[in-house]
Amino acid sequence: MSNVQTKPLLQVDHLSIGFSQYVKGTQKRIIHPIADMHVEINEGEIVAVVGASGSGKSLLAHAVLGILPSNAIFSGKMLYRGEELTPARMEKLRGREISFIPQSVNYLDPLMRVGRQVQIGLDPRTARAQQEKLFLQYGLQKNDGRLFPFELSGGMLRRVLFATSVREGVRLVIADEPTPGIHPQALSEILRQLKQFAEDGAGVMLITHDIISALEIADRVAVIKDGATVEISEASAFEGNGERLKTEYTQRLWRALPQNDFDLEFKREAVR
Amino acid sequence: MTKSIVFRFIRVITLLIGLSILTFSLIHLSPMDPVNAYIGGDSSASPEQIEKFKAYWGVNKSPVEQYFTWAGALLQGNFGTSLLYRSPVLDIIQSRFLTSLALMGVAWVLSGVIGYLLGTVAAMNRGKTIDKIIKWYSYTLVSTPIFWMGLILLIVFAVWLKWFPVGLAVPAGVLESDVRFIDRIHHFVLPVLTLSILGGSNIAMHTREKMIDILNTEFIVFAKARGESSWQIFKNHGVRNSIHPAISLQFAYFGELFGGSMLAEQVFAYPGLGSTLTTAGLNGDLPLMVGIILISSLFVFTGNLIADLLNKIVDPRVKGAM
Repeated sequence: MSNVQTKPLLQVDHLSIGFSQYVKGTQKRIIHPIADMHVEINEGEIVAVVGASGSGKSLLAHAVLGILPSNAIFSGKMLYRGEELTPARMEKLRGREISFIPQSVNYLDPLMRVGRQVQIGLDPRTARAQQEKLFLQYGLQKNDGRLFPFELSGGMLRRVLFATSVREGVRLVIADEPTPGIHPQALSEILRQLKQFAEDGAGVMLITHDIISALEIADRVAVIKDGATVEISEASAFEGNGERLKTEYTQRLWRALPQNDFDLEFKREAVR
Repeated sequence: MTKSIVFRFIRVITLLIGLSILTFSLIHLSPMDPVNAYIGGDSSASPEQIEKFKAYWGVNKSPVEQYFTWAGALLQGNFGTSLLYRSPVLDIIQSRFLTSLALMGVAWVLSGVIGYLLGTVAAMNRGKTIDKIIKWYSYTLVSTPIFWMGLILLIVFAVWLKWFPVGLAVPAGVLESDVRFIDRIHHFVLPVLTLSILGGSNIAMHTREKMIDILNTEFIVFAKARGESSWQIFKNHGVRNSIHPAISLQFAYFGELFGGSMLAEQVFAYPGLGSTLTTAGLNGDLPLMVGIILISSLFVFTGNLIADLLNKIVDPRVKGAM
């Protein structure tokens, strides 16, 4: 925890996202996958956002970037560097100050060579050299830039996605599940790189359900359940039996991990 | 590559054999009598003369025997002589095909360009007024019969406004050598317009659907998240991913274009392959009719073949499978 600032880099308050749906032809109804979400990220800080699949973690990322589907309705407050994050501002910031690492390799254009995809958004004069440097940094061959996504393995594609996020002047990195399907060595490299973003002064939102990996680098952890923030705790509170965690849900989540007592609750239930 | 071309070559040969058998059987079953068609209204021919004709043409032989005689002549490049025009079928097809080719070629390019642009604009502005206008326009035209469209254009531009001539490819009563290029263009505009307007709306609808699919994919969401503008998204990802289905569609459209030009040529009395086929059919000119059918199926097949081969160049994923 390195921050003593008054204004967080990103502040999300009471975020609610709904989708209008048509049921039975003409009847419209609104579903709310995100009801009451809070997150706060300071400069130089890594905040892990953890929660089960379908808890609305990715939607949070998409809301901050302004890339929700067109039928989404959202309310609540989002502040970036103390100013409201309007759609127009999102459009200006994304890809420049806010960079996004998506969760699936389907986020790459299937018909564009991967090197070229990394070059998008870079200064055209130096794009090629920068891209080759990034590939080297992430353990990709220079020739790999000539390949199409279908010619690379899943782990390599993840590293390509990572390379697209590295930009001069990035202040906030949103990584949406960047780790699954990656071998341990590359995993630690990715965590190291996220850490590097934070050391360079950027805020990092690490969306994941891999709590153990996230705790290696995170300063704070936000726990999400059913579209609402359950608890935000210091990463250091996740230790032992989780006595320092504030809510029962988080304690149970922590203890349910294989590395911890895993079957504690289960035993008690079974005895009853 | 070579393998797939050889494979397709075999396919076109079997296609032509099948087609020739089919047309031959259909014609054999039809009430059209080639001898009658040849003699026409001339009732002075005596029964003996007619018998001589039948023997000379081999009409009395069995259908199988007739087919092999005919197919054998075809293989030597002999398509026979047109009963109606009294000249070799191939010569007629050649001259008519050039007229039609200009008509279809221009309509093909125009409808492709117009359709692609309209479809893309509609998809990029989905739900907005411009999309609604393009959709409404395309739906209306897609359900419009081509001959009706031709008649409407004739009524408005040729009869009321008198901007364009009512029909034919050149002015009537003028020597071939005196026909100016501008006259040909003048006669050319309305048929081309008919074909392009209808074809374009068809392609616009297909392009719009395809483009909407593409715009909903995750890689477009990611492109947006990386700060690409609408134009950049279109330029970087939209064209690349939509051009491949658009090209197949465009070449596969050869067949439809051919059918359309047949009707349009009829409406505008435009002396192309289509109107010649109609004339041949109505007057029982069998050699000419069969010739046109075979040549035009070859033409449509070529369209599909080109579509296939081009796909492989545009889409790197298909390359490995060749």
